Amino acid sequence: MRSVRLAHEEDFDGWRDAARALALAGVPAAEVSWQVGADGGDLFGDEAIVPAAGAPAFAVPRPFVELARAAICHSDPVRFALLYALLLRVRAHPHAMEDQADPLLRNLELMAKDVRRDMHKMHAFVRFREVESEGGTRYVAWFEPDHHIVRANAGFFVRRFANMAWSILTPELCAHWDGAGLSFSPGATRADAPDGDPVEETWKTYYASIFNPARVKVKAMTKEMPRKYWKNMPETALVGQLLAGAQAREAEMVERSRSKAAEGGLARAAAAEKRIEPGGNVRAAWEALLVEARGCTRCDLYRCGTQTVFGEGPLDARILFVGEQPGDQEDLAGRPFVGPAGQLFDRALAEAGVDRSAAYVTNAVKHFKFEQRGKRRIHAKPNGGEIDACRWWIEQERALIRPPLTVALGATAARSIFGKTVTIGAMRGRAHQAPNGDEAWITVHPSFLLRVRDNREEEYARFVADLRGIGERARALARTD
Amino acid sequence: MSRLDTREKLAILADAAKYDASCASSGSVKRNSVGGKGIGSTEGMGICHAYAPDGRCISLLKILLTNSCIFDCHYCINRKSSNVRRARFTAAEVVQLTLAFYRRNYIEGLFLSSGIIRSSNYTMEQIVEVARSLREDHDFRGYIHLKTIPDADPELVHKAGLHADRVSINVELPTESGLKRLAPEKDGVRIESAMDGMKASIEAGHDEKKRFKAAPAFAPAGQSTQMIVGADSANDGEIVQRASGLYDRFALRRVYYSAFSPIPDASAILPLKRPPLMREHRLYQSDWLMRFYGFKPAEVVAATDADGMLPLDIDPKLAWALKYRGQFPVDVNRAPREMLLRVPGLGVKAVDKIVASRRWRRLTLDDVGRLTVSVAKIRPFICAEGWQPVALTDRADLRQRLRPKTEQLELFRA
Repeated sequence: MRSVRLAHEEDFDGWRDAARALALAGVPAAEVSWQVGADGGDLFGDEAIVPAAGAPAFAVPRPFVELARAAICHSDPVRFALLYALLLRVRAHPHAMEDQADPLLRNLELMAKDVRRDMHKMHAFVRFREVESEGGTRYVAWFEPDHHIVRANAGFFVRRFANMAWSILTPELCAHWDGAGLSFSPGATRADAPDGDPVEETWKTYYASIFNPARVKVKAMTKEMPRKYWKNMPETALVGQLLAGAQAREAEMVERSRSKAAEGGLARAAAAEKRIEPGGNVRAAWEALLVEARGCTRCDLYRCGTQTVFGEGPLDARILFVGEQPGDQEDLAGRPFVGPAGQLFDRALAEAGVDRSAAYVTNAVKHFKFEQRGKRRIHAKPNGGEIDACRWWIEQERALIRPPLTVALGATAARSIFGKTVTIGAMRGRAHQAPNGDEAWITVHPSFLLRVRDNREEEYARFVADLRGIGERARALARTD
Repeated sequence: MSRLDTREKLAILADAAKYDASCASSGSVKRNSVGGKGIGSTEGMGICHAYAPDGRCISLLKILLTNSCIFDCHYCINRKSSNVRRARFTAAEVVQLTLAFYRRNYIEGLFLSSGIIRSSNYTMEQIVEVARSLREDHDFRGYIHLKTIPDADPELVHKAGLHADRVSINVELPTESGLKRLAPEKDGVRIESAMDGMKASIEAGHDEKKRFKAAPAFAPAGQSTQMIVGADSANDGEIVQRASGLYDRFALRRVYYSAFSPIPDASAILPLKRPPLMREHRLYQSDWLMRFYGFKPAEVVAATDADGMLPLDIDPKLAWALKYRGQFPVDVNRAPREMLLRVPGLGVKAVDKIVASRRWRRLTLDDVGRLTVSVAKIRPFICAEGWQPVALTDRADLRQRLRPKTEQLELFRA
């Protein structure tokens, strides 16, 4: 057994000299015991190896030297032996450094990677505190690295803070720079480092303010800033309260949209915002939306129809009616609800006491879908994909107008608003909550009344009754504003 | 309004800047403060000095000079009609704050942006003044990223490039129609022509640097841009094509995607929705595929679902591989590097190590496992010595088997 004693934990030169002498002497890796520092000793070791002066050097590939310089800073005591074993292999097989999948090389590469990461984290997480001393202002930091990196890392801080006097204290080794020379002293304790800094509160203000509570991602944070570093970073003391506050803010938002249907709370908030909003803004946005919609190619229906038929009505409407899709006459006119069903709808609204001119009227699907039969274009029901493709427009219209009440006329409109197929018979005549939190009502489509053969009068009366209920509800909501 | 102290202003103006995604401090020239009078260094690699609980890194002091603005862009918290508290820094305050933070090793430098006050030129002058003072009065050699105002005088924009490591001009929204609707006062053509001008200046700077050693470095870390995702109708396929066009035409270093974040005080035009964070992440992954993995924009588009959106439950590389199973399995011992880069779960470093190792022997599945984080995701897509996936590659439920289980919760929390 040979024993080698290195001067300190990352004594690369000492390791290199000893390893070179051992390799030349043909000593196998298993027969070397590596020690660090003055005290202790290997009970079973015989005489220490003394590198002979002028012993012939031998060349190793540069990647090996780079790997060894990094890996030797690792805290695992086995690193010296592993590096020596790799050295022997590199001498025997010149290409050993290229077999990256080899377990020994991989093991050392991972050690080097740990060291580089530790060095990088030290660049990042050292926090200087300003101290007035007899020599002037000095910046002092306390840091606890995982590996023996202080010496290897000092150059970075010299280059960055060349004209500052600074000290970095760590449990094992301290580095000092006075603007001209670098020196090292034995390890210190946390009590040796200063406690606070006048700028720290400002920094914490920044840290708290740059955090966006709508995107909490604790895992991503702790992956890059592990908790072991937190105790020496002033800003991390805030994390707990920031997260608690974020949850409260989000909960409040969710609650606000949930209670909206019952109390009209969000509608009030929207109305309040409209007052802040300069007048022309919603109009300009709606007009731009209209222009955009004219070029819509989100589904294939644009290929056959004459034009996009967009919604119309006042942009501060309190009721937004959603029909199915434009029919033959609407497609030609470019306006919703002008054909036979539209005329019936107008009549029913008038009988129900709802002011059509104060409502916004639009369709779930903005293009006319039809089958050509001879010279006639026969209405065809839009499919789920087409409804879903078109939903984006109706969502924009609703977001822009923010009506207290949205009314789905028929199954297509209901699917568009609720995102699923619903049974009209079971749901008409009362308020529902749409997935976006809005209050929504459901009734039949006026064209249904044109097609129905039995009980036509009865169905029409029911439709008018539905509309009357909706009108009353809209007035009730207006009073609570 | 009562006068605010620096800390109060910082709270307002850092809060106002938090919606901008870019914070990188990498890719500049190497320099240090040895032999100078001031402080600062850049060594090429970016350094993140802290992480916020939203998972984003804090590398630069990212603030606005002021959050007052004469524009009224709907997606922006600082728009004229927004009901937020306003504040304004003086140039000297920003300089002192940057230096004080830098000396304590809190930051890599400054990222300065601003709302537009009085006029574009006036605002740009103020931004440039901060950078000039840092560089000239204080010999600051850390990183500076300036946001330029596209309408400002080209001479001023040029000055910004002389002091900054990186400059950026935001395209704001991926579609022209979205810009028209949500930022009616901004003009896509003007934004692009400003980017084009900046590209020309950067190239001219490189040329000069080659011929004259003393020529000043002009924006050595190049230019970047940001677009807001989820505020207009653009789908992921369109966004990827748009980004790729920007990379090509204006030689951008980075395109940043910022999930539209409407809270608080959202404009009535935009819905109150939790931002689609996973979508933003998928777009960054696809960006990576194009920049480092040799994917063409059309191939990323091919990885999208029928609605043009990248799947949220799996990453775009896996989505692509599942659609093009015929290309797999890939033999790790024979396949060209370009094909190895297509294997889901194999990163650039792992691929390079595989290529280096296989010159000397045939690799087994264990060998590949040692070079990667987890071999489980890779197995169906590779052959190795003693390993054939056989029917695994063609299993109908492969997507279910490979999908990360834990992300589900976060995805549908909204």
